[in-house]
Amino acid sequence: MTVTPALLDIRDLSVAFRTEAGPREVLSKVSFTVGRGEILGIVGESGSGKSVTALAVMRLLGSAGTITGGSVGLDGADLVSLSEREMLEIRGRKIGMIFQEPMTSLNPLLTVGFQVAEVLRRHLGLAARAARERASALLDRVGIPAAAARYDDYPHQLSGGMRQRVVIAMAIACGPRLLIADEPTTALDVTIQAQILALIRELRDSEASVMLITHDMGVIARMADRVVVMYAGKVVECAPLADLFTAPLHPYTRLLLAAVPPVRAKAERLPVIPGTMPSPGAMPAGCRFHTRCPAALPACRERSPALEAVSPTRLSRCLRTPEFLAGSRGAAA
Amino acid sequence: MTPVLRVQNLSRSFAVSRAGSGRRELKAVDAVSFDVGEAETLGIVGESGCGKTTVARMILKLLPSSAGRIELGGRDITHLDEAAMRPLRRAMHAVFQDPLSSLNPRLKVRDIVAEPLRSQGTDRRAVGARVREMLEVVGLAAEAGERFPHAFSGGQRQRIAIARALAARPRFVVCDEATSALDVSVQAQILNLLADLQRRFGLSLLFISHNLGAIRHLSHRVAVMYLGRVVEIGPEADIFDRPAHPYTAALLAAVPQPVIDQPAAAPLAGEIPNAFDRPDGCHFHPRCPKAQARCRVEDPRLEARRDGHLVRCHFPQ
Repeated sequence: MTVTPALLDIRDLSVAFRTEAGPREVLSKVSFTVGRGEILGIVGESGSGKSVTALAVMRLLGSAGTITGGSVGLDGADLVSLSEREMLEIRGRKIGMIFQEPMTSLNPLLTVGFQVAEVLRRHLGLAARAARERASALLDRVGIPAAAARYDDYPHQLSGGMRQRVVIAMAIACGPRLLIADEPTTALDVTIQAQILALIRELRDSEASVMLITHDMGVIARMADRVVVMYAGKVVECAPLADLFTAPLHPYTRLLLAAVPPVRAKAERLPVIPGTMPSPGAMPAGCRFHTRCPAALPACRERSPALEAVSPTRLSRCLRTPEFLAGSRGAAA
Repeated sequence: MTPVLRVQNLSRSFAVSRAGSGRRELKAVDAVSFDVGEAETLGIVGESGCGKTTVARMILKLLPSSAGRIELGGRDITHLDEAAMRPLRRAMHAVFQDPLSSLNPRLKVRDIVAEPLRSQGTDRRAVGARVREMLEVVGLAAEAGERFPHAFSGGQRQRIAIARALAARPRFVVCDEATSALDVSVQAQILNLLADLQRRFGLSLLFISHNLGAIRHLSHRVAVMYLGRVVEIGPEADIFDRPAHPYTAALLAAVPQPVIDQPAAAPLAGEIPNAFDRPDGCHFHPRCPKAQARCRVEDPRLEARRDGHLVRCHFPQ
């Protein structure tokens, strides 16, 4: 646990979306913290609620989504209770965002340098010339070669990797305390992904905490200090990186780790999680994972397990956690 | 034995007009050659712009080739037109990345799976029986046939696409990023399914992906492409455990593995060059950590290292 209070403190955050069939809860009482200087990885598959968590923190859920409960503490303030005007200040200034597809964050009609400078002028009130100089330095900082020469390029003139660097320059322009990166490298080639991940690590070392959302356990292993695993709108496990990979507790975490086809060795057959993630309108009773869980007991169909601490740094949401713990201790002894 | 598929010096150029520089030729695929044997999976891996999808589209005759030769079961199909291809379509089918865009939303699943059979003129009763069989083979309930594609999840849609691809009992199936849009738990299901079906039907597969783990899992042999060319090809274990080309080695090192003791390799510097501005000499030399003077001027040829393992590098590892 972090000794100083966490930078971001999310408690019991719930989100519902309006649908034709009535409101659907997509996030159920999600709680976790991001420590100062920490990279917190959030991992899960489609429908786990990881991206909705990021959007809820930013208060960017759109007209159909509502925060139905809980709080999002950032540096002591609760973002859930801020006005839209106050949130405009927070976004960009205190929280920087990096999304999967850089083109959705960039205006195709404006030069990349102008877009970075715009952030500086709007949030920091810099004059045109100062903003230009600082934007140029930022493009250089994020590793764009010949940054001054690329300043007047339009987004389409840059590769996907370079565009993502521009988005990162915009995200860090005002020196945010927290960077939220939602699948920042999913659309990139693997050699370019390695470069962008290295850049995000560097930014953490020098300036910010990072909330890194990904479906890729490999990216988690390379980047995160601590990991939150989500399933069907809930946190199912939370652990320091080494613990999660050496002794995963929740059956879903174990399967998620085993389902990745390895590059280092040829696997004969991949362990499979049968079925698919339940949708918000059709959540099973009891544990939400029981329909796909190879370790499910009859009790799992009825009782909804709580997210319980198994050590000062680890949490798991499973009725069988005590058994699994005893098992892993037995195996270690 | 005649390979199921043989591709020789297959090339594709595009003439492109660019402001300021007039018409230029873009070589998307440059003299690619390989075989796919009976009941074998050849994996093709590479990053954006390496030409792997263009190769697939030429083999499927969705895109004409500029040069080279494509043989299916020993028969030259390079210049066959659509009518001449029709009887051969039965022997070759495809599964693409996004099943929703390749499944007609207005057809019931049973009609989608029946498509390749009807176009072959199979009689109605046989079509019905085959459709039921294929749905079972890919792990879908018989009732699935009465529903429309939108009622299914991504993984189930990919099962429908696979049922359709296999309905006419092709010998050869092209899978182009067939698991790339799927969640990891669903990807594992589809990879296992493809491996099972290959064994069961003796299928030959061309499995194209940017995902090295998926490639290793399914492939017997692997071709690595860079800027329109094969830079290394060989048995799966050679490519993954003893890569000879520095690009293959860098690609393997760049994949984040779900293990915590992974060595922090320095990322490969630089961008993938634009196909218009192919570097002189070895195309990979500007990014290659081992490049020497010779690599900047002399283009290496694809040469045999040992049996069945070829590499395009002056200084292979």
